[in-house]
Amino acid sequence: MGIKTERTGTTLVATAEERVDGANAREFQNDLEQAIEESDRTVILDLKQLFYISSAGLRAILLTAKGLERQQAKLAVCSLSDPVRGIFEISGFDKIIPVHPTLGEAITALGG
Amino acid sequence: MLQRPYKILVVDDEPDIQPLFMQRMRRDIRSGRYELLFAGNGVEAMERLISERDIDMVVTDINMPEMDGLTLLNQIPSVDPNIRSVIISAYGDMKNIRTAMNRGAFDFVTKPLDFDDLQVTIDRTLRHLEEWREVLSSRDKLVVLQNELEIARQMQQSILPTQFPQGADYAVYASMEPARDVGGDFYDVVRLDDGRLGLAIADVSDKGVPAALMMMSCRTLLKGAAIGSRGPGEALVEVNELLHNDNEAAIFVTVFYVVYDPATGQLTYANGGHNPPLVVHADGSSDILPLTDGIALGLVPGIEYRQNTVALAPGDTAVLYTDGVTEAMNGEGEFFGTERLQATFASAPPTDAREANEAVFRAVHSFVGDTPQSDDITCLALYRSKAGAARPAR
Repeated sequence: MGIKTERTGTTLVATAEERVDGANAREFQNDLEQAIEESDRTVILDLKQLFYISSAGLRAILLTAKGLERQQAKLAVCSLSDPVRGIFEISGFDKIIPVHPTLGEAITALGG
Repeated sequence: MLQRPYKILVVDDEPDIQPLFMQRMRRDIRSGRYELLFAGNGVEAMERLISERDIDMVVTDINMPEMDGLTLLNQIPSVDPNIRSVIISAYGDMKNIRTAMNRGAFDFVTKPLDFDDLQVTIDRTLRHLEEWREVLSSRDKLVVLQNELEIARQMQQSILPTQFPQGADYAVYASMEPARDVGGDFYDVVRLDDGRLGLAIADVSDKGVPAALMMMSCRTLLKGAAIGSRGPGEALVEVNELLHNDNEAAIFVTVFYVVYDPATGQLTYANGGHNPPLVVHADGSSDILPLTDGIALGLVPGIEYRQNTVALAPGDTAVLYTDGVTEAMNGEGEFFGTERLQATFASAPPTDAREANEAVFRAVHSFVGDTPQSDDITCLALYRSKAGAARPAR
């Protein structure tokens, strides 16, 4: 798994790779929360290299989003691979977490 | 670091040893790092060890009246096997030093006492003791964790029905194979009025005890809602509202709930974010039931769950499953996937619910081989028999 992050101003872009499942969801969430700073207003998860996410992984994203709400920051995901998009659609997560086709569109939409 | 001082018991029959230790170690005593206790021989030492109970280490001389240091070493573990001992021996007395080490002494110092060396030895012993305690504590945590998993596993198994209703022209069969660390799959079958059946399959988004608790409450709520509601959509709305209250941990559950009417063969379903089931036809072809845009339960309050109705023709099988089936992975990292699931039935159209269920597990097992199972695998099948007994439509 392993996440990479890059910050521009108050926007943090995090890239996750391969898979997030029950075995590494906690680690994924911890890594993400470690990377987020209090001054961040927008966090975008770029998931183009992610090929599988289990319900535990979705929950990790949701908990991160809830944490961000407390600091008045927003979370969105972008560039979903086909299998991950399928999982977002079936679970209804695409109605809870904003999904954007590309990183550029995500940044524009979030005013980053 | 805030902690109680290390309690060190010094055992020696020389009367001037106490003032000497107190004087040479005064700095660490004053700073609260050490607390020194004294005993004049092995018998007194054992009495102190028993009455104090929290002594961390013993520094003992060998030759003493009543009970010598070597005998004391043999007896210390009966009070607490984790107490560490350092012996004080005569310079060059290799025989006694070897005996002491063989009896479990951690280290030794020689007379005449070099207090700098003694201090280094004590500190090294205490460091070792700390590391050892950490090992013990993580081992204990592991044991607790394993016990929890066992509880979760039992809770999960206890709520799954193993007897299924059977009608003149239909059969139901379901089973679940738990993952090693217990996922959160469950299924349920409820008899409704007018001979209808409520069938549910669900997957909780966490593992272990939290998942098992969520599973228990979801199953209870769903049973109540199934019996009290007018349809699957209304049942999911009700369960979602109740699960959403106090769900700070954001544990959610995907649920597919279907009401089957044997009189008409109609399936009416609503979907709370779950994989859509298959309807397998008598010729082996299959359709995926259309999505109804539901969201997993427990996340967002006040949402509607749209329902849809399809007809199950005689010879059709509805196959409900969790993602443990389609996301079962083989050694090459490939998923079993929906296509392989459909192919399984294409080559052998089921003629019974149990047969359909077992075909799914067989296909998944042969696909994954020895690759460890990371998620629960659950499948519920409903078969409408071909030679359907003539029943008047309601």
